[in-house]
Amino acid sequence: MNDLPFSFSGQDLRALGTGALWWPNRNLLCVSDLHLGKSERMARRGGPSLPPYDSQDTLTRLAADIDRTGAQTVICLGDSFDDLDALAALGTAEKLSLTTLQAGRQWIWIEGNHDPGPIGLGGSHLAEYTAAPLVFRHIAQPGGQSEVSGHYHPKTRLKARGRTITRPAFLLDHDRLILPAYGTYTGGLLSSENVLIDLMSDQAMAILTGSYPQIIPMPR
Amino acid sequence: MTQIPARIMDWFDAKGWSIHPHQQEMFDRATDPATLLIAPTGGGKTMAGFLPTLAELAENDHSGLHTLYVSPLKALAADIRRNLRGPADEIGLPIRIEDRTGDTSATQKKRQRVDPPHILLTTPESLALLTSYEDAPRMFSGVQRVIVDEIHALAESKRGDQLMLALARLQSLCPDLRRVGLSATVEDPNAIARFLARHPDPCQIVQADPGPDPDIRMLKTQEMPPWSGGGAAYSIPAVLEQIKQHKTTLIFHNTRAQAEIFFHNIWLANDDGLPIGIHHGSLDRQQRERVEAAMVRGDLRAIVCTGSLDLGIDWGDVDLVIQIGAPKNVKRLVQRIGRANHRYNAPSKALLVPANRFEVVECVAALEAAKAHELDGEPRGSGPKDVLCQHILVAAAAGPFDANALFAEMTTAGPFADLSRAEFDACLDFCATGGYSLRAYDRWQRLLQRQDGQWQLRDPRAAQRIRMNLGTIQDTDTLKVRLKRNRGGKPLGEVEEAFAASLTPGDTFLIGGQIVRYEGLREMVVEVSRRADKKPKIATFSGTKFATSTQLSDRILRMFIQPDWPQLPAHTAEWLALQRDMSRLPQRDRLLIESFPNDGRENLCVYGFAGRNAQQTLGLLLTKRMEESGLAPLGFVATDYATLIWGLDAVTDPRPLFQLDALREGLDTWLAGNAVMKRTFRASATIAGLIERNTGGQRKSGRQATFSSDILYDTLLKYDPDHLLMQITREEAMRGLVDFGRIEAMIERIGDRIDVVRLDRVSPLAAPLFLEVGKVPVKGAAEERLLAEESERLLQAAGLGAK
Repeated sequence: MNDLPFSFSGQDLRALGTGALWWPNRNLLCVSDLHLGKSERMARRGGPSLPPYDSQDTLTRLAADIDRTGAQTVICLGDSFDDLDALAALGTAEKLSLTTLQAGRQWIWIEGNHDPGPIGLGGSHLAEYTAAPLVFRHIAQPGGQSEVSGHYHPKTRLKARGRTITRPAFLLDHDRLILPAYGTYTGGLLSSENVLIDLMSDQAMAILTGSYPQIIPMPR
Repeated sequence: MTQIPARIMDWFDAKGWSIHPHQQEMFDRATDPATLLIAPTGGGKTMAGFLPTLAELAENDHSGLHTLYVSPLKALAADIRRNLRGPADEIGLPIRIEDRTGDTSATQKKRQRVDPPHILLTTPESLALLTSYEDAPRMFSGVQRVIVDEIHALAESKRGDQLMLALARLQSLCPDLRRVGLSATVEDPNAIARFLARHPDPCQIVQADPGPDPDIRMLKTQEMPPWSGGGAAYSIPAVLEQIKQHKTTLIFHNTRAQAEIFFHNIWLANDDGLPIGIHHGSLDRQQRERVEAAMVRGDLRAIVCTGSLDLGIDWGDVDLVIQIGAPKNVKRLVQRIGRANHRYNAPSKALLVPANRFEVVECVAALEAAKAHELDGEPRGSGPKDVLCQHILVAAAAGPFDANALFAEMTTAGPFADLSRAEFDACLDFCATGGYSLRAYDRWQRLLQRQDGQWQLRDPRAAQRIRMNLGTIQDTDTLKVRLKRNRGGKPLGEVEEAFAASLTPGDTFLIGGQIVRYEGLREMVVEVSRRADKKPKIATFSGTKFATSTQLSDRILRMFIQPDWPQLPAHTAEWLALQRDMSRLPQRDRLLIESFPNDGRENLCVYGFAGRNAQQTLGLLLTKRMEESGLAPLGFVATDYATLIWGLDAVTDPRPLFQLDALREGLDTWLAGNAVMKRTFRASATIAGLIERNTGGQRKSGRQATFSSDILYDTLLKYDPDHLLMQITREEAMRGLVDFGRIEAMIERIGDRIDVVRLDRVSPLAAPLFLEVGKVPVKGAAEERLLAEESERLLQAAGLGAK
């Protein structure tokens, strides 16, 4: 899978086709909205019993990205767990995978709206994290600068020779970078929705994920 | 009862009517456990069905529900209620007749459960819902008869399978329940009888006099039909002339989009201001009801319509049916024609209007088949297991159940008579635990087995969710269309979500015969304004797309062998001759493949004449092989005759693509990843209860919370490929969309006789394929190339240049 280099707040960053962000100079990998335990939470709440393989799949993909980049620091940008009970209910295999991934590197859990402070797992739990000049937090703040966030699960849609193509996407402008959702069972919010149009500047760009990530002016 | 009660006979006499022989026979058989009546439209079918009910209610006091009537259409239930009220009052029967459909008010529905009427008219979905309530045994106690109207239509769909499971439930509650099916003319009445009967009880078939042969012809027009296109705009002057010469004309179209275009065009040419209306399933309910009411009053001279008028509502004095576009299926044509001239024993009159020249050939073939009384149809396999899963959940919603009893009950339903216990247990396990090889939901099982062996819902509140998601009709995701609020906010109808996504503000499209301008999307409603000055984009409606029967396809191939075609109009004969001249005509024992550039893409057209489903599968298999060979296919579309594949590069030698061994070998793995399987999975997963369409309130609000069913499919494929739903998806695909057997038959028939013709442009025979709906995208290398091109273009346009 290819990646796409771009510059944000003076830093050389790479958007991976998987939806992860890679910062080579800091050996830092950032993923957002893993929503581990989503299927368990839906069943618990009386919903359909979805295939219970989502956490395993998300972690397998994350392991591949960590392996490929050799990241020394991993930031999970919030909503890493679908809720705190989902964390408690995580299978032994998944917990073991997580522990293996954490071994030998710095691991940072940013709080999300679904998972205020995961407990009982290794790594540091923070409301936000600064690796100057960048600030990592779950939800973009008004007036935020050099801010890397998630939460919105952005996706974007464009037409090419009559074909409509929809992909999860990074959104990028002068002040902020919003990551797509990384979890297997996640949907997306179109960049043309008002909340994202309002959040992003007129010059915003979108980076479409996929085998060959592409950068385009953010469709609105 | 041996005799029709005197007060009913008196009523017939007072009307000056006599009882038809088939009505008498249905009465004589009233005590049989199951009876199927085959009668043409206008044959007094409804009265034949209800006569025993009226007689029994006239002779005996009956409290509570006596007869259930089930029809595929809500409108039909309401129509029958009106048509039954008159006779009941005139005969002097103090009985309550009520309908119950999705349109019935909540208060009325509640009251019906407490105090049911004597006759309840309903739909399969509403009946299934009724059986899901805990008080179902009380409500249905004492029911004597169930009448299934238009059973030939229901027997073709999962709605019918669901209905038969509901009847099995009813029969357990009321062991003396007698079943009656009312059917139009069909090719295999025994199959419908097996479908209806309580297995293994017998079901007698009563055949009404089919009446005289219909008078069907081709419409004579001044102008020639075009080479391609589905609008039939050329025929409008001739159609208007026919409308003037008749009292009321029904103008049938095969798709909603075609009906919209035709309606738009006919109004532009309607200089005499003839009152003409439009009716199809995507229009707002109020709009449809207005048209229906005007029709019944006799205010309309013509209605442009689709299959939404196929079923037996009595539209008054229709004296002409015009079929625009090839009828695709002789049986349906004959049934549609029956809509004209409701007087029994008078020939109905119909005109066929081919939309293009290929359809001229199809229409002539259909005419010949109708004259020869050759009805067509494919037998349907046993009942699908996704419907079974839904029914298990419905049973659980009604209360705790015993698995043995439920299995015994389900196998009395015709479509599920062959169900094995192992299959049933797999479905039960799926409903209870999810049925995954990873047992993850021990704590959160949907169904639990109690100490006494009965199964029940773990969380009783789940019953409500099950009821909200009941049904087998698959709506493609549609969005409501309404005029922008400050201009009235009037609802106009619905369009597919994918179509709405392709619109940008300022785009125009047709809906309900109006051109409207897309203004924006607001709370998942498409807002539009009226706009009459621009040429419209066309709304893409899903509507049912009929497949041409194999019998018709064979007739067409036989026609192609003729040296010339005296039975065809000159223009069409010339067109076929041109095809023969420029390329070739397809033959039964050879395979014709054309290759040509068109509109910046390279095309490959494969004339297999194997039927739509097999041609579809061929499209899947061929594009997959092309992708592997680096031939960059972008997508394909299939008809009953051909598969058209387009891509970025020309295929110079397609022969190696057709090795049967290679095709067969890869079938399973190839099928796994394609869009058709995902579409099939989505439908089955929704019916089986894995995907909830309605979760009450939270739907559509948080878009990022919902994710595509494709993700579930991909996950199962990767981690649990033998899961029950994957099996169901494969079975569904094999029965419906794959039909690999016919590909094998075709390839064996043609052997190595493959003719590849390279052309510099589209051939006469290939041109209509470009307008087919149901294009299947291939997401491969070509899409990445397109994306790169388009990004480049957008960056240039934004003045950002390429790096």
